[in-house]
Amino acid sequence: MDRIVFENVSKRFLLSGGRKLLRGHIRDLVKRADHECFYALRDVSFSLGEGQSLAVIGSNGAGKSTLLNMITRLCPPDDGRVTVNGRVSAMLELGSGFHPDLTGIENLRLNASLFGMSRKRTADLFEQIVDFSGVGEFITQPLRTYSAGMMMRLAFSVAIHIDPDILVVDEAFGVGDQAFQAKCVERMQAFRKAGKTMVCVSHAADTLRKMCDRAMWLDRGQVILEGDLEEVIAAYQGRTVARA
Amino acid sequence: MWHGDYRFVLQNLILKDFKVRYRNMSLGMFWSLLNPLIMMTVLTLVYKRFMHIDTPGYSVAVLCGLVPFNFFTLAWSNGTTSLVENATLVKRVPIPREVVPISSVLSNCLNFLIQFGVLFAFTFIFGYRVSRAWLWMPLISFLFILFVLGLVLATAALDVYLRDMRYVVESANTVLFWLVPIIYGFEVIPDSFKELYSLNPIAAMVMALRRIIMEASAPAPSLVWKLALGSVVTLAAGWIIFRRLEHRFYDHL
Repeated sequence: MDRIVFENVSKRFLLSGGRKLLRGHIRDLVKRADHECFYALRDVSFSLGEGQSLAVIGSNGAGKSTLLNMITRLCPPDDGRVTVNGRVSAMLELGSGFHPDLTGIENLRLNASLFGMSRKRTADLFEQIVDFSGVGEFITQPLRTYSAGMMMRLAFSVAIHIDPDILVVDEAFGVGDQAFQAKCVERMQAFRKAGKTMVCVSHAADTLRKMCDRAMWLDRGQVILEGDLEEVIAAYQGRTVARA
Repeated sequence: MWHGDYRFVLQNLILKDFKVRYRNMSLGMFWSLLNPLIMMTVLTLVYKRFMHIDTPGYSVAVLCGLVPFNFFTLAWSNGTTSLVENATLVKRVPIPREVVPISSVLSNCLNFLIQFGVLFAFTFIFGYRVSRAWLWMPLISFLFILFVLGLVLATAALDVYLRDMRYVVESANTVLFWLVPIIYGFEVIPDSFKELYSLNPIAAMVMALRRIIMEASAPAPSLVWKLALGSVVTLAAGWIIFRRLEHRFYDHL
């Protein structure tokens, strides 16, 4: 079964970043100016089945994050069609729903619910999530007393305990110390073995090798190459080196 | 589709708003109680001592106006900016977007409840008693909250596109203070305007509340109908506006 299907998907953004003030809207009415826009994604097509995992690589601004946001349905396409079958869990900017004044426990519950976990499941997995994060007795303290690493570990730990069909990961591997990173990689590999679908964005080729079998190289919103992970990484690195 | 636990999310977001607000105040909820008391004292002073008008139970009448009005202004202005203030949430976490403004309004409802406590305390101090008419209070409060929800859904969505919206709301709140019977009674409204005036759900809420507490009788059926109509229409309109605008939130946040 295809978990994710993109058919000729495009996404444009206005260079003005949208009109935010009344004066901008009025000016538009008067001038009827055409806005310059750029393509974050242009005519992207691919499909991904159960048990497959795709690495998305490319330089900054290539459209990688936009692609992930489309899978989570945060961002609707302008053209083309995105079909997603199954529950999606997204590790985009970890800790997006966190609040510094709430304690670890409160943030854990809030984040779990935002990620779509039920009340019961959150209660059942509570101990496990805290254990995995390794924040220990800090869990009862307000989040502002946490180090950056501890906060990310907690966020990561919540995200990994959701049981999705599709996992979307944006640069979330660089979290915590080496021991924690190893734990995360192990967890993701188990996830993959369980036949789940994954889409990862990372600049670290070594990490991607542990997670993915396929890769897609995006440049300025267009797919340059898609296929076997090693081939795409080699081509991408060759091109980047040649350019530099 | 989002497969999460809708009520669990709402509960957590409401608690978050509420805890964050009060944890940063050394006196906590005391401030919620203080604000209407100060306003009531000042208004009573001006009315009785400066203007020498002696209406029986004026302080309670003022509180009946202030409590719903305070809830309205706070919920409306907080709700309007809620999507923009929680932009990271709206942009990065795939939740049904309407939970953000809805939870903002509902967390203000807790505040509303506390202020009701103040109102009840003064009701008894001034010698009014509980009557069967009080059973109307949950219904009219519920309708009133629906009205605020509808209004907030619309303005919160608009605020994403037009950041000026919050200033429109602020000005509207200042104007509304005078268009709701807080410092005066409904009887001062000229007859030709009475119909129109009571179509305003905030005014209807205050009028109904005064009648329940101060006259110990049920609000006029026509008034309750007006409140119900205003609330349902506003909620439906707010919902439709929100649904139409939410597709492009991502681009504008």
